[in-house]
Amino acid sequence: MNIKSLDPRVTRANIDENAQDGVLNPLDHFQTYEVFEQKKRGTHHIHVGSVHAPSPELAMIFAKEQYTRRGQCVNLWVVKTQDVFVTEYTDADIFETTASKKYREPDAYKVIDRINAYKERTKTKSTI
Amino acid sequence: MEFTDKHVMGLKDLLYRMADDLLILGHRNSEWTGLGPILEEDIAFSSMAQDKIGQSLALFEILHELGESEPDTVAFTRNDNQFHSCQLVEYPIGEYDFSLVRHFFFDHADALRFEMLTDTVVEPLQMVARKFKGEIKYHTMHADIWLKQLGSSSEEAKLRMQHAINEVFPLALGIFEPSDYEAELIESGIFAGEAELQSRWLDKITHLLTSYGYTIPVLSDTVSAYGGRKGKHTPFLQPLLDEMTEVFRIDPAAEW
Repeated sequence: MNIKSLDPRVTRANIDENAQDGVLNPLDHFQTYEVFEQKKRGTHHIHVGSVHAPSPELAMIFAKEQYTRRGQCVNLWVVKTQDVFVTEYTDADIFETTASKKYREPDAYKVIDRINAYKERTKTKSTI
Repeated sequence: MEFTDKHVMGLKDLLYRMADDLLILGHRNSEWTGLGPILEEDIAFSSMAQDKIGQSLALFEILHELGESEPDTVAFTRNDNQFHSCQLVEYPIGEYDFSLVRHFFFDHADALRFEMLTDTVVEPLQMVARKFKGEIKYHTMHADIWLKQLGSSSEEAKLRMQHAINEVFPLALGIFEPSDYEAELIESGIFAGEAELQSRWLDKITHLLTSYGYTIPVLSDTVSAYGGRKGKHTPFLQPLLDEMTEVFRIDPAAEW
């Protein structure tokens, strides 16, 4: 008996009710591509999400409709997810910073008081 | 050049052909919403179906300026024999191969027609043709990439796509059924005519389909599916109209 579902896509897939997990056909499960959008020429491309697609060309076509339908865009990048090198979450401690390194950050400089004072002075002006 | 009644009738006929094609195909393609082969494609195809409805509205608005009824009235109150759309667009969505090939054939014809109209003497039409250039370019890109992808895919995919091409080709030729005003449209600079459009379209799709590894049916052996432009439709159109206008007919005077 094949699975009958209210979702016609499930019914159409003719899945045997008693089927065991089988080998995946590469065309049944597309790889994913990461999508990067550039809103204006000269600005950075920003990661906006991912799409499933059988080829980079179709990934581009899908990305256009998924992510740029509303709002401005001048350029798109798509990159195979598997081509992205990632850090391990178990190594997340490498990003930790200690209080003693405060001097490396701009807010440690004395000038920050003057910058804040300047911001305070101009705040009222800029809202006019 | 001063337009005579025949020029205006020719222009209206041209606008009705374009608007009706887009309205009917937009509605048909929207039937895939929620049923598309994968989520991303479902969204893309539905979005393009909406684009088509929007394009048809822009054309119905020009018709309204020319003295025809309001766009909603024109779109929702006519019977099948009053529609100028070609028979190609009214066929049921069938399997996805059929819908994709119809999308490929129709959108290339549509893109070329709009391209030819970017220098029509009818200014509002010229503006509409320019306005939708990018939208239509995406539609043809989408169709091209799918046909290319499936043409280099599994044997089953190639076979099904070729079968769909053979099936849809005669219907697609119905797009170019000559109107009664071809001479008037050409001499006035409104539109270079269906014969010219068909020849440009044939060059385009022959080049593309050959490069994707498909064969194109022989033109001289093919009977074009004419009739739609003169109000002769298949039994598929009226049920589509009944469904499309179901809500409108409950209260035609309602404000939306």
